Amino acid sequence: MAMNGPVSEPPADPAPTTGHPRLTRLWHWANVIILPVMLMSGLTIFNAHPRLYWGHAGNLNDYAWFAVGSSPTQSYVRIGETRIPSTGWIGNWTDDRGRIQTWAFPSWATIPSRYDLAAGRRWHFFFAWLMAGGLAAYMIGSLANGHIRRRLHLSRTEWYPRSIWRDMRDHLSLSMRHRAELQHYNILQKFAYIGVIFLALPVMIATGLAMAPGMDASAPWLVDLFGGRQSARSVHFITAFSLLAFFLIHMAMLLVSRPLARLRTMVRGRPA
Amino acid sequence: MTGRRSLLSRRALIGGIGAGTGLLLSGCDRLNESDSWRRTLRLAEQGNEAAQRALTARMALAREFDPHHISRKFPENGTRRPQEAGYQAMVQNGFADWSLKVDGLVEKRLALPLGQLRQMPSRNQITRHDCVEGWSAIGKWTGVPLSHILDLAGLMPKARYLVFHCADRLGGVPYYESIDLIDARHPQTILAWALNDQMLPVGHGAPLRLRVERQLGYKHAKYVMRIEAVERLTGIYGGRGGYWEDVADYEWYAGI
Repeated sequence: MAMNGPVSEPPADPAPTTGHPRLTRLWHWANVIILPVMLMSGLTIFNAHPRLYWGHAGNLNDYAWFAVGSSPTQSYVRIGETRIPSTGWIGNWTDDRGRIQTWAFPSWATIPSRYDLAAGRRWHFFFAWLMAGGLAAYMIGSLANGHIRRRLHLSRTEWYPRSIWRDMRDHLSLSMRHRAELQHYNILQKFAYIGVIFLALPVMIATGLAMAPGMDASAPWLVDLFGGRQSARSVHFITAFSLLAFFLIHMAMLLVSRPLARLRTMVRGRPA
Repeated sequence: MTGRRSLLSRRALIGGIGAGTGLLLSGCDRLNESDSWRRTLRLAEQGNEAAQRALTARMALAREFDPHHISRKFPENGTRRPQEAGYQAMVQNGFADWSLKVDGLVEKRLALPLGQLRQMPSRNQITRHDCVEGWSAIGKWTGVPLSHILDLAGLMPKARYLVFHCADRLGGVPYYESIDLIDARHPQTILAWALNDQMLPVGHGAPLRLRVERQLGYKHAKYVMRIEAVERLTGIYGGRGGYWEDVADYEWYAGI
C-alpha cells in the first residue's frame, strides 16, 4: 500500500455515523447567547469595584491581589505586585463620543454598554437562571441518553501519558491528525469539555451563590468551600476568564479543522 | 485542507462572529431600554426571593465572626456627613433631643429617646457587610432587636412592611428603606447604636442604623428617624420601597 500523499493532505474523513444529539445542539446554541451575556453583564458588575481579595472581607482599605488602577491620563492592571500598563483598554479608554472613561472594562465589553450596576445585575441574574437550568437539563439528559458515556468517557488507554503527549503535540502543530473526531473526541477535547461541563460552569454557579448575603445564612458551607465571600468572588472572576479562554481555543480549533462541516454538524446533527 | 474555498469560509466565519458580537451589543442596549424586557428581567428578582425564602430557614442566622476578623477600617458609604441643619443641630447636642418615632399601623405610637433605646435588651453581632458593588467589611454591631420595638408598639394585623425614614438626603431626595416582616422579626435584625464598641459614628449613621444581615448594604438604612408600619409600599416616595430602588432601579429584595 504505502500511500505517499503529502502530510498536509490526509485522506478525507470517513462518513461519520453519529452526530450530535438534539439536546447537545440545543444547549450549545443556547449557550452561544447565554454565556456572552453572563460574561458581559458580569463585567458591568465588576466595574463597580474592580478589585479582588482573598478571604471573607475586603474593601478599599485592604490589600487586593488584583486591581485596576485608573486615572484620566493612564491606567494599569495590577496582579500581585506586577503592574501591567493598560491605557486604552482597561481603566482608561475612549468612548464612542471621544470622551475618556475610567471604568475598568470598556463599553464594548459590557452589558449594558454604559455603566448601570442595577441593569447589569438584572441581566446577570435573569440569564443565570437560564444558564443553571440549561446546565442541569443538559447534565441530566446527557447522562440519561448515554451521550456522556459514549462521547466524553475517558478510556484507560487515553490516560497513558504517551497518548496525552501525542495529542498535545498534534494540537500544538495544528496537524489535527485525528480527523475522525467528528465521531470521537480526542483526549484534550474530552478534558476541555468535561472541565467546562462538570467543573467550570458548576464553579461559576457555586461561587455566584456564595457571594449572596442570603445564601450566607442558608448555606454557610458553600461560602466556606471557597474560603469566604471575597475568595468566592475571586474564583468567580478567574473561572469566568478560564471560560473565555476555552471559548477562544474552541474558536481556534474550529477554524483549523473544517469549520463549515462542524457548524453544519452542530446545527443539523449530521455533517452531511 | 484545500485552499481557497475553506479560506474564504473561514474569513466569512470570523466576520460573522464579529458582526454577531456587534449585533449582540447594540441589541442588548436597545432591549435594556424596553419596559417589557426590564419587566421580564425583573422576574429573576422574584425568583431569587422565592428561592432564597424557600431554601432558607426563617430564623437562619447570617454567619457571625470572631473578633480577630473585624476589618481594620470599616468603609463609610452612601451619605457620610448629612448636611441638613436639623441633623447638624442634633449632632451638636449629642442627640439629646432625638427620639425614634414608631408609627403607622401600630397599636401604640412610640417616641424612644436614645438613652431609652440603649437601656433595652441589646444584641452584639460580628457580621459581614456586603456592598452591592462587591466589597465586604466585618464589624461588630450592638443594638436593640427590632422585634423588641415591634412588640412594644404592637403591629396591627394589616401591617406587612416597615419603612425606615432617614435624616439624610442624597441628591436632594430623602433616603429611606423598607423590609418585610420576615426580616423585621429576624433575630439579627437590630437597630444598632454602636459599631466596634464605640457609639455609632456620624459616618456610619448616628445615632441609629438598621442592620438586616441577610441583605445587601443599601438596605441597612443609616440615620433612622422614624419607623412606619404600612400595608403596601406604593405611594411612599417613589413607590419602589427604597431610595436606590426608586432612583437607580436596584432590587427591593437584596438577598443576592
